Amino acid sequence: MAESKAPPVRHSGSKTLLVAFSVCLVCSLIVASAAILLKPIQLNNQSIERKRIIVEIADLLEPGLTVEQAFRQVDAVMVELSSGQVTDALDPEHFDIAKAAKDVNLSEPLKRNEDPAQIRRKPKYLPVYRVNDEVGRLKTLILPVYGYGLWSTLYGFIALQDDLRTIQGLRFYQHAETPGLGGEVDNPQWLALWEGKIAFDDDWEPHIELVKGAVGTTTPDHQHKVDGLSGATLTTRGVMQLLNYWLSEEGFGPYLAQLREQKERR
Amino acid sequence: MAYPVRKILFSPVVDNNPIILQVLGICSALAVTSKLSTAITMCIALTLVVACSSAVISMIRHHIPANIRIIVQMTIIASLVIVVDQFLRAFAYEISKQLSVFVGLIITNCIVMGRAEAFAMKNPPLPSFLDGLGNGLGFSAILLIVGTIRELFGSGTLLGYTMLPLAKDGGWYVPNGLLLLPPSAFFLIGLIIWVVRSWKRTQVEKAEYRIQTMRQHSEVA
Repeated sequence: MAESKAPPVRHSGSKTLLVAFSVCLVCSLIVASAAILLKPIQLNNQSIERKRIIVEIADLLEPGLTVEQAFRQVDAVMVELSSGQVTDALDPEHFDIAKAAKDVNLSEPLKRNEDPAQIRRKPKYLPVYRVNDEVGRLKTLILPVYGYGLWSTLYGFIALQDDLRTIQGLRFYQHAETPGLGGEVDNPQWLALWEGKIAFDDDWEPHIELVKGAVGTTTPDHQHKVDGLSGATLTTRGVMQLLNYWLSEEGFGPYLAQLREQKERR
Repeated sequence: MAYPVRKILFSPVVDNNPIILQVLGICSALAVTSKLSTAITMCIALTLVVACSSAVISMIRHHIPANIRIIVQMTIIASLVIVVDQFLRAFAYEISKQLSVFVGLIITNCIVMGRAEAFAMKNPPLPSFLDGLGNGLGFSAILLIVGTIRELFGSGTLLGYTMLPLAKDGGWYVPNGLLLLPPSAFFLIGLIIWVVRSWKRTQVEKAEYRIQTMRQHSEVA
């Protein structure tokens, strides 16, 4: 190969600093402009991805339907977590959970001992997604859930059936866990284990356990238990804690209690 | 000054392949080849990064102080990788999710750093660009071979289209699950190395030591 041997370049300290500075400046300008210019397209992709997951766990995505078409059957509403009241003050379509959790007006800080999902700040409002049948009765309820795993915050949705007790599905749309270990939270076979599990005990306290080893029908409390991910103890613990947290009184508890009351009155 | 364009561009594909001769970049070759679509995306991303980073580093090679050259190369490579990653997230969101961290890991791919340090620091921009392109093609050739075999025999599909109808869907083909696991890429790359070295004897490395047979041993004694 035509490699001409050049002597190593020796420079004074100021030249070294100048080169280092200009390389950093140019590179950061390029990186920053790429990130800013492409941001709107990326956000749109993420929003479609969230909708896709919602319609998939609610079993609305029939062949021939685009995600947007299937999503029309979903009724998105904003809920005030502390009271469980539905509110019109915010638009669920453009609500960004991560942004709201940083906003002083839209969230409140959590003390360490009341923060099992390790989210630090709890949003005051969150969107919920309802799928109703022809006569307007709730068929599927989809709740956003999130919390810390091993490396990253996992963002996802849990779908509850009309009894508000049985899990219809669980999916995460954003996380940065180790591929092959914690990243297996996206594994369809593992996610399929969640279908039909019971999220609450008889007193309507959230009861979801991720355990070591396969869960058979002979396992005690098997309807509350799911096999944890092997090699991903901390991600598994994160998933367990975030689900139990968001389904508890601190999370969607007040809203779920209201829905149960409405159902009984019918 | 004329450069041996063909030689710079094509020798890394077979004669001096970064994966099978230099055995670099194995991590991503194992990780992203279970499906052909991710392998193709990875090939394009890596080829772009290695060609552009080599060209850019070569352009400023006389100004890069020797004592900070590695970190300057890393900065340039990392910036290019981030830009590629941002583009994938905007225009190929589904594939970028499947590739997850492996796009970012192009930064640590030894092929990119290797070409910057071994070629681009000593040669003008155009040949450096061609050298990067050639090494990207060499990497791509192996990834595409491995990706094709793994997807075809592991899932019976190519680019998601059914090639071999699976037995569980009423066809005749029973897929080999091993091919979907990363170790199978090791076996395949090993086989490719064997084939290429049987064809091109010059690539065979000299044995570092030889086990003495009993007869030689007694003669020595």
